[in-house]
Amino acid sequence: MRTGAIYAIVAGAQTAGLEPGRRAIARGKDEPTEAAVYEASPQLTRLLRSEFTAAVVGHRDGDSLRQYLPPQPARIHGFVYACPPDEVREFGQSFSFLHILLNESLPVPAEELIAATLRELSKAHEDGRAFLVAAGKELAGLLSGDYIRLKNILGRLA
Amino acid sequence: MTERLGIVTTASLEKGVDVRLDSAVSVEDMVVGRYVTIEGQKRRFLGMITDVSLGVTDPQLSISPPGADPFLAEVLAGTATFGQIHVFPRLTIGGDKESILEGPQPVKTIPAHFSPVNLTSETDMERVFGKEDGARFNVGNPLDMELKLCLDLEEFVKRSNGVFGKSGTGKTFLTRILLIGMLQKSQAVNLIFDMHNEYGWAGTREGGPPVKALKQLFPANVAIFTLDEENSRRRGVKTDFTVKIGYDEIEPEDIALLRQTLNLTDLAVEASYQLWRRFGRGWIQRTLDIEDPEEVKQLLEETKIHEGTLQNLTRGLGTVRRLPFIQAHAPDDAVKNILAHLDRGMNVVLEFGRYRDIAAYVLVANMLARRIYSQYQSRTEQAMAEGSAAPNPLVITIEEAHKFLNPEVAAQTIFGSIAREMRKYNVSLLVIDQRPSGIDSEVMSQLGTKITCLLDNERDIDSVLAGVSGKSELKAVLARLAPKQQALIFGHAVPMPVAFAPREYGSPQSYKDFSRAARPAGGKDEKIEELWE
Repeated sequence: MRTGAIYAIVAGAQTAGLEPGRRAIARGKDEPTEAAVYEASPQLTRLLRSEFTAAVVGHRDGDSLRQYLPPQPARIHGFVYACPPDEVREFGQSFSFLHILLNESLPVPAEELIAATLRELSKAHEDGRAFLVAAGKELAGLLSGDYIRLKNILGRLA
Repeated sequence: MTERLGIVTTASLEKGVDVRLDSAVSVEDMVVGRYVTIEGQKRRFLGMITDVSLGVTDPQLSISPPGADPFLAEVLAGTATFGQIHVFPRLTIGGDKESILEGPQPVKTIPAHFSPVNLTSETDMERVFGKEDGARFNVGNPLDMELKLCLDLEEFVKRSNGVFGKSGTGKTFLTRILLIGMLQKSQAVNLIFDMHNEYGWAGTREGGPPVKALKQLFPANVAIFTLDEENSRRRGVKTDFTVKIGYDEIEPEDIALLRQTLNLTDLAVEASYQLWRRFGRGWIQRTLDIEDPEEVKQLLEETKIHEGTLQNLTRGLGTVRRLPFIQAHAPDDAVKNILAHLDRGMNVVLEFGRYRDIAAYVLVANMLARRIYSQYQSRTEQAMAEGSAAPNPLVITIEEAHKFLNPEVAAQTIFGSIAREMRKYNVSLLVIDQRPSGIDSEVMSQLGTKITCLLDNERDIDSVLAGVSGKSELKAVLARLAPKQQALIFGHAVPMPVAFAPREYGSPQSYKDFSRAARPAGGKDEKIEELWE
């Protein structure tokens, strides 16, 4: 995704009640479908909120795409867009961002996130497998001393 | 063809350079003995691959290998798992103008970190070994290269040289090629003691028809002498001269050399000198003729020789006398005849016919060589004194060289002194042997260029490589040569060691190539030389 000139990768999502202390209670015991739950209690859509976390992995500096952290954080109320495929492809030309993901403290395991990111990026490329091999080689360099972790990520790429 | 192989990761002048292969390069394409070029910052290094290995970045990889997943294997190749080659740099080629003029130089430094490594291009190899020309002769191709490996034969014949290898590895073919080269490209004349009748008229080939040898290819330059006329005739060889040896030509030194072969004691050898002093030239005849017990007794008393010693000696001399080419007195002087041929620039092959036993070979080779050498010695000295032209450089080819040059007899035989005195008197040796460890180490160290086919005995390998820099690296290369038609050459006549496949020999085309490469008489080079005078 992108907000302003900053690129980030979705690294976690959750849906919870608007009020911090209030937890959602179980509903729909007698309803036939999930949709029927919301039909029966239309206020729910107003009381629940979905949030996602994104790990910043790069920014645009003039014409060039930098795969390191931007000088300023994302603006409050900045609009967030999903990246179109051609931008995804452009971003996938370099793998420096992998290093950021490996060392970021994230709500999900970094291995899972990296594997998912690469799978997603490979869809934007014609030769997805060649892309994954190239990314894998980059990872092998980064994780040269930690074969088990490397193997875990590579195992999730197929 | 410059193909990038990888980058230098570690280097030491003493131990060589480690190169990490790029992921695209298959480790299986890397073979020991091949040359690579390391592109340093200021100069290029030419080195030989001496070891190939696999590396992993994390030892965990070897403990739990990734299994058969092709994706995983592809990712890991060249990253977490990689090929490595060990390269021993031999020469450097500088980048600036002066060093290009100087040509390749011995290695005195190492390439910088991460210098790229390529397969050595044919241009670089050609810069090092030169092109086929008036003095250079194509002996074959470096392994895995189309390039012609050229040997500077003028340089080659300046020292004694050796051809080694287990039996059946192609020593004879290689020697034949070298002889043709010398015949064509150098001023030297050859005297070949041809124990197995391989060099004169025709040579045997395993599983094929015989191949042509020197006389058939260069009838005008080669004369065949034989010890066994009947055998030569039966084989259809046109011989030029039949060599007979007279007893009166045999000297105690010749007997001393045969000590082991004839099973003589040291005292018996000593006795032969005494008898020679007493009887003079006819000493063998005289010694063997004494049968009367009284005479024997008298001789023993006068010479203080022990009876057992004399018996031991006469038994030995009896063996010599039974050799069919030995006569009481030889009608023609073989040495004079050989020298006359050599003076005319003819190469002489002496065939032994059926007399292949080692006693006959050692005796004849030593006798003739000694006399020829002493002639050469006096002529060279005379030439030096008078400032006239020295005789044609002579190369004497001997087979089973360990019989002449083993530590026990090397000091006594003429071949030992030729090898040691080198070219002082314009005579050098081409030593052919399958047990180089049997040759005196002092002689081995004096050999200029050594060409060796496969050897697998540890001691033989050690003795051939003694004194060569990067010995242990070359050892790996030598021990892995193909059992046939591959050889390693190193020493005086080549700028750096190289493994090569000898050129083809035996097809009609190969004969044609040999005759075409011959130096045209009064060629362009000579005319240019004349202009300078």
